[in-house]
Formats: sequence, structure tokens, C-alpha cells
Amino acid sequence: MTTLNALAAISVAYVLFLFAVAFVAERAARRGRGGWLSAPIIYTLSLSIYCTAWTFYGAVGSAVRGGLEYLTIYLGPSLVLIGWWWILRKLVRIGRAQRITSVADLISSRYGKSNLLGIGVTILAVVGTTPYIALQLQSVTLSVEVFANPQVSDVADDRLTAFWVAAGLAVFTVIFGTRNLDANERHHGVVMAIAVEAIVKLAALLAVGGFVVWGLSGGVGATLARIDASELGLWEMNGGRWVGLTFLSAAALLCLPRMFQVMVVENDSDAQLRMAAWAFPLYLMLMSLFIVPIAVVGLEVLPKGANPDLFVLTVPLAHGQQGLALLSFLGGFSSATSMVIVAAIALSTMVSNHIVMPIWLRLRAGSASVSGDVRHVVLLSRRLSIAGVLFLGYAYYALSGGGEALSVIGLVAFTGVAQVLPAMLGGLFWRGATRMGALAGLSVGFALWLYTLYLPSFGQGTVLPMALFSEGPFGIGWLRPQALFGIDGLDPLMHAVFWSMTFNSVVFFLVSLISFPSPLERLQGAQFVNVQIGGGSARSWSGGLAQSEDLMVMSQRILGAPEAQALFLREARKQGISGHLPDPTPDFLEILERELSGSVGAATAHAMLGQIVAGQAVSVADLMAVADETAQMMEHSARLEEQRSELTRTARQLREANDKLTRLSAQKDAFLSQISHELRTPMTSIRAFSEILRDAEGLASVDRIKYASIIHDEAIRLTRLLDDLLDLSVLENGQVSLNLREGKLTDTLDRAVAAALADDGGLRLDIFRDPRSEAIWLNTDIDRLSQVFINLISNARKYCDAAVPRLQIRVGEAEGRTVIDFVDNGSGIAPEQQDLIFEKFARVSDQKAGGAGLGLAISRQIMTRLGGNLSYLPGQAGAAFRVTLPEARALAAQ
Amino acid sequence: MSDAPEPRRTAPIFVERQSYRRRRLADSARFLPVLGLLLWMLPLLWGLDSDGMSTSDALVYVFAVWLGLVAAALLLIRALGRGGDAPQDDGEPR
Repeated sequence: MTTLNALAAISVAYVLFLFAVAFVAERAARRGRGGWLSAPIIYTLSLSIYCTAWTFYGAVGSAVRGGLEYLTIYLGPSLVLIGWWWILRKLVRIGRAQRITSVADLISSRYGKSNLLGIGVTILAVVGTTPYIALQLQSVTLSVEVFANPQVSDVADDRLTAFWVAAGLAVFTVIFGTRNLDANERHHGVVMAIAVEAIVKLAALLAVGGFVVWGLSGGVGATLARIDASELGLWEMNGGRWVGLTFLSAAALLCLPRMFQVMVVENDSDAQLRMAAWAFPLYLMLMSLFIVPIAVVGLEVLPKGANPDLFVLTVPLAHGQQGLALLSFLGGFSSATSMVIVAAIALSTMVSNHIVMPIWLRLRAGSASVSGDVRHVVLLSRRLSIAGVLFLGYAYYALSGGGEALSVIGLVAFTGVAQVLPAMLGGLFWRGATRMGALAGLSVGFALWLYTLYLPSFGQGTVLPMALFSEGPFGIGWLRPQALFGIDGLDPLMHAVFWSMTFNSVVFFLVSLISFPSPLERLQGAQFVNVQIGGGSARSWSGGLAQSEDLMVMSQRILGAPEAQALFLREARKQGISGHLPDPTPDFLEILERELSGSVGAATAHAMLGQIVAGQAVSVADLMAVADETAQMMEHSARLEEQRSELTRTARQLREANDKLTRLSAQKDAFLSQISHELRTPMTSIRAFSEILRDAEGLASVDRIKYASIIHDEAIRLTRLLDDLLDLSVLENGQVSLNLREGKLTDTLDRAVAAALADDGGLRLDIFRDPRSEAIWLNTDIDRLSQVFINLISNARKYCDAAVPRLQIRVGEAEGRTVIDFVDNGSGIAPEQQDLIFEKFARVSDQKAGGAGLGLAISRQIMTRLGGNLSYLPGQAGAAFRVTLPEARALAAQ
Repeated sequence: MSDAPEPRRTAPIFVERQSYRRRRLADSARFLPVLGLLLWMLPLLWGLDSDGMSTSDALVYVFAVWLGLVAAALLLIRALGRGGDAPQDDGEPR
């Protein structure tokens, strides 16, 4: 038989082992070799503090009393973890982005860094957790008792055991839980120790389960048969409790301070969560796998009246399995201690950040910048808080006498902390949630919980008088604590869960709707709800008034001198300042506040900074700045849009230019082939006739003269063609030198008409003019201009196909410039050819091909050079050309 | 900031195949707990029948669902992890 002393020795050895683990982990982390400490598997195992001694021992008890109901306690958390994408992902991201230190800090930070809310959640957490700690102490003492003497129970001994356990845990927690202040540095030692304990308790439960199934029952099939044969053989489940407890355990996973501590505060990457999302449900499944077999076998082999809560220990003991029982004892011990350690850390953080520090700040108002290391104050307050929390737990245990009342406290505590759920989820997903709403919802939920569940849980007639339960307060029947609104016959727990959560949520929602949030609240709300989109935090400080030196003094006291100096130096470098003190820009103050909130919580950090940075926390200007960011984003996107359309435009222009170049290239080719053709034709006839003249004997002189004159004509035509080409090339290259002089338009036209009609060979052409309108003085290259006129007139003479060709020359004005229209009475030029006639070698018809087709091209070039224009005028009686004279040089007649 | 119509209007209607797959994976990650809840709430319907259900069958059922959910979650997370560590692109407008 294991003696009590041996048990004590083993326990102490185990605790020393945990000390060593924590110490090694802590040292590795400090030396920067702690990468493995953040491994996802460690994180997953640390979540196992959800399984306390209440679930380690109590699950079997619960199975004996309520069948499979114990499963709900594990199903809820499994669903939350499997649904990590919905809530947990967002929660841990916010926790990292905002440097959240506790569940109270989350609520306070979300609702405008309200310290009142922080205090409220802290009180709720302390009230809900203290009995839970007492429950752990009780389970340890009970399990010790089993080994000591199952028959005799000595209350004084129990208390002594509980006291030493509490004291030992306090020492461990103080040493490893308050070693460093910044929560971001995380409690590596504690987390590592918890991970080891998680393995121990799982191994213990699996070992006992394996022993029961294969050692005592003879395999899985036999065990299942045995279960069905036992008094638990039939599925009898209260559907309401099945749903309600699943919901409650899911809510508790999110809201329990200790779960929040390991899940959110100690989290440092999404990878950890991704593993936990499947591995933790697996862990829970394994933890609950053998509960029913153990319960069934315990009921069979142990005497009636044996405490089913201790079957995990007593079943192996009854079969003489001392080693197995010892392992099981260590498993229970691990469950209890790890829960107490983390709960104490979480609660002490909350108490010190939301209650002690604000009071301390208030007492020393305006002195936040006084020198002296405030870290000692914070650490001391935390250590005292840890001791205080554990003492409260012990006191609760001692006073309640460790009776049956304690075993129901687990679910009571769950219901209490679940009151935070509406404010938490509302804060994460609904920007309209306000501080007033959260405060009202929490208060109503807390009050209802106290009235309908917590106080009655001490037993009717202890805290609340019997009459209250039967008659209601002051005889008001519908206010009976376990039958609100006269709805009787509900399970008391479900009754409390339903009414407290319903009223909590509805009040939270309604008050949020009618109240109006402060600017800081709205900023925080936007940041929490949109955490994935915007990483930035609230622009809450206008820093002009803050003194960097005061900030430095204060930060040194909270963060420690080297850390603060490093931070300030880093920020100064970032701002491009060579000294040690950065400018108190809003950005810097924001970073500083976040660093500080990692140590003392958001509300306290905000208050401390507020003492130094005088003035309002959030000004309209700050809001404007935030609004500006949005405006800038919109402006930016508008500019992008603009650039895009500009690019499209440029691309289109380029495409057009390319098309034009391609066309020009084709034109050039055409031009070359045209010109060689044009040159070749006269050359061919010259060659042919000169050959005849050379070779033919006895040629008649008439013929000779005829051939010679053909040669002569062709040579002239060739010369003219070459002259034209030269002319065109000179004009096109802009090398032409203009011979500017004064002249009258009438004279110019006279000369042009005379020159164009000089050749008698052509057709008759009647020309109509209006000499009065032609009385205009010109100052231009008269010769070139008359060349254009000659060309137009001779074209009319050549191509006008009317029976009696007539040409009208009209001088007028269009768009403020003098225009001269040459309109004949022929059939005009087809619309599709109007573009072409100004091209080189373009001839409308071959029939009367007199020229090379360069005339109009040259004329247009001339007019362009002169600063005017030559265009085809559609819609006239016949072919019509408009010469637009250069602007400045068209002078009114004098 | 949150639901200004601007970004939604300019957001592309179609995304490339890989992003599309990733979003559907995220959808399944959202759906899995709903499925789990449905399956685990099925026991509410047992016992409506007069015979009831034997505890061993109930146990097997609950644990089978449990194991299935764990396996599905594991596969989903593996698949999500393969699609590159891009936690930003899942910020779909709610």
C-alpha cells in the first residue's frame, strides 16, 4: 500500500520536475533558442487546461449520474475549434494586433478602453473562477485521501493538504507567471510545463481506460456489450440539457479567463491555431473516449455508495494496480495544478491591470512621469493578486467544507463567464455595439446569473432563504429564482442559462441601438471588426503637446530602461532623427501605447499616456485624419483609374500612328512604282522614236519632223515631271524659300487665268468672276499662289465634262479667313475619291490624262507652306476647290 | 471604410482559378462546424421512438462523427496550407 509519505514524495518530485521543465524552457527562450517553444503542438497541448480535475475525475461521476451528458462538455469546444475560421481566427488576430492581455482587456479595449467594463469583467471572472479553484483543491485532497485511508476522512488533514497545494501552486505561479511583464514575451516556462502536464493526464486517462477495456472487460466488443447491460445501457437524454450544455461549453471555451490566456494571449501565429483546430478536438475525443467504460466497470466492481468521481483512481486500486493508480493520481494532479496556475495568471493580470493599477494611478494622479521603476509596482500587484486569488480559492474550499455543493460549481462557473459572450462576439462582428450596451448586457446577465444560479447553488436556505424559492421575493411569485415569469419545471441550470443569456443579449443589443458611442469607441470598433483589412490602430493621440522626455521616463518605468531606450531609439531612427528621442507623432504614440498595453493593459496604458499627452484623447482632427485616409484611398483609386484611361488613350493613339505609318509605307511603295512608271513611259517613246530616226533609211522629212517633235514633247513632259517632283520634294521638306511681297488678288487671278487659258489646244472655258470682291491686298508669295490658281483653273479646263464648261471664281470669307472657291459645272468628283485627289499621282480618270497627277499635291503643299489650305468643297454644282488664304497676310483692300 | 460601395463596384467578378479554389476551401472551413452541429444534434431525435437507443450505439455514433470531423478539419487545413500562406486574400466582403 502506498503510504501517504511516498505519495507526498512522488508529488513533490513531480512538481520539481515541472519546475525544471519550466526553468529550462524559460532559459531557452531567453537565450533566443526558444523557437520550438512556439511549436503548434505545444500550443495545442497547452489548450488542454480546459480539461481540469473536474473533467478528469468528474467526467466519470457525471457519466454515472447523467449518462452521456458529460460528452457535451467536450462537444462544444470541439465545434468551436473546428469552426476556427469563424471566430478564433479573428480573435487571435485581434489579440496579437492589439496586444490584448486578458478577456477583460479585450472587452475594455473594444469598447473605447473603458476601465469600468474592465473592472466589471474582472469581478465576474474572479467570482466565477474562485469556486473553480476551490474545486481543484478539493479534487486533489480527495484523491490524496483515497490513497491515505479510504475509510476515514479527516477534515483537518484535508484542509492542510489543500493549503499546501495552494501555497505550492502560488509559489510556482509567482516564479514563472510573473517573471516578465510584457505579455507579448509570453510565459514560455508555464506553457511548457502545461504541455507536459497535458501529456501526463492524457496518458493517465488512456492507461486507465485501456486497463478497463482490455484488462478487465476483454476487448472493445465485450466492453460495448457490458455497457448495454449496465444501468447506463439506455440512451436517456434530456434534449434541452444536451443542446444547452453544448452551447454553454462552447461559450465557456471562448470566455474562460484561463482559456483566453492560453488561446489568445499566448498565441503568436496563425499556424498554431491551424494545428489546434484539428488536434485539440482529437485530444478532447481521446480524453472522453474511455469515460463510459470506466464508469460502467466502476459501478460493477466497486461497492454501492463509492464516490463515482474517484472511479479513475479506485478502479485500478481495487485491482491492485498501484502503479496505474499512481499515474492516474498524477494525471488528476496535473489537471488541477495546470488549471490553477493559468487561472491565477489570467486573473492576476486582470486584477492588477484593471483594478490595482487604475487605483494606484488615481492615488498618484498626474505623477505618471515621476521617475522610479513602476514595473516593481505592477509585478508586486500581480504577485499579490496571484496569492490573493489562490487564497480566495482555498478560503472558499475551507468554508464550503468541500461538500457536494462544489461538484456542481463547474457548470455554474461556465454560465457566469459565458455572460461575456454577447459583448465579446458583438464587439468582434458588429460595429454598432457600444460601451453602454456591453455594460448593460453584462450587468443584467451577471445579476440574473447571481440570482438564478450562483446563490441558489449554495443550496436552498443557505444564502437565499427557503421562502424565496417557493414564494418569490416579497411574495411575488413570478420572480422565483428558479421559475422566472412563472415558467416552472425547467432544469435549474438551463433555466438560468436561458434567461441570463437571453436578457444579456437582448439588453446588449437594444442599449447598443439607442446609445451613441464615443469617437474612441467607434475607432476601436472599426479596428476590431475590420482587423483583417486594416492593421493600424486608433489614431488616438494628437502628439504635439506630449513631451518625449516625459514619455521616456514613464516607459522606462513600465517596460524597463533598456527595453524602453531600445524602443525609443528604434522609433527615432524610423523618423530619421539621430538622437534618442523621437518626435511624439501620433504614430509613435500609438506604437508606444500598444507596447505599454502589453504590460499593463489597454485601459491603463491609455490612462497613463493620457496623463502626459495632455488634451483630448480623440479630437475631431484625428477623426478627420482617419476619414482622410479613406478619402486618400478613394483618390488613389481614382488616380489609378485616370492613369488607366490615359494609357488606353495613348495605346489608341499609338495604334493609330502605327496604322498611319503602315499606310505611309504602302504609299511610299506605290509612289515609287508610280514614279518609275511615269518616267518609263516617256522614256520608252523617246527611245523608240530615236531608234527609228537612227535606223530607218529614207525617212520622209514629214515623218522625221513628226518623230522628232514627239521626242521633243516627251522630253518636255519628262522635264516637267522631274520639275514637279523636285518642286514637291522641296515643298515637302520645307526647304522652299518664300518670296513674300505685296500684291492684289485681282491681278494675281488675272495673270493666272491668262496663263491657264493661254494654250489654245484645250477646251473653251467660261470664267465668271466678281472683281469687287477680289479687291484684296495680299502679302504672300504671289508667284506660288498664282501657280496654285493656274493649276486649279487648268484642271477645270481639262476635266470639266459639261457641254458648256464654266468656272466660277468666288471670293468670300469663312471662319474669319479669306477663301477663294473655284467651282465648275461638271459632274464633280465622287465622294470616295475626294480624299485621294490630293495624293501624288492620283488621277480621277485616265481618259484625259494630261499630267502626272502631281498638280493638286503640289498645290496643297504650296498652300500649306504659305499658311493657308487647299481643300475639296463638297456639295457644290460641280467640282469645287476652296483655297483658304493665310490669315495674317490677307489684308483688307485699301 | 467597411462597406463603402466603391471597392465592391470595382472588385472583379471573376477571380483566377486558384483564388477561387481557395475561397471555396474557406467556405468548407466555415461549413464544417455547422455540419458537426447538425450531426451532433441528431441524438435529440433518438428516444422519440419508444425503444430508445442503446448507449453503446450512441457512443459509437458520437465518436464516429468526432473522428470524421477531426479528419475533415485536418484535410481542409492541409489543403488551405498548400494554397500558399496568404491570409489576406480571404477578406471577402461580408
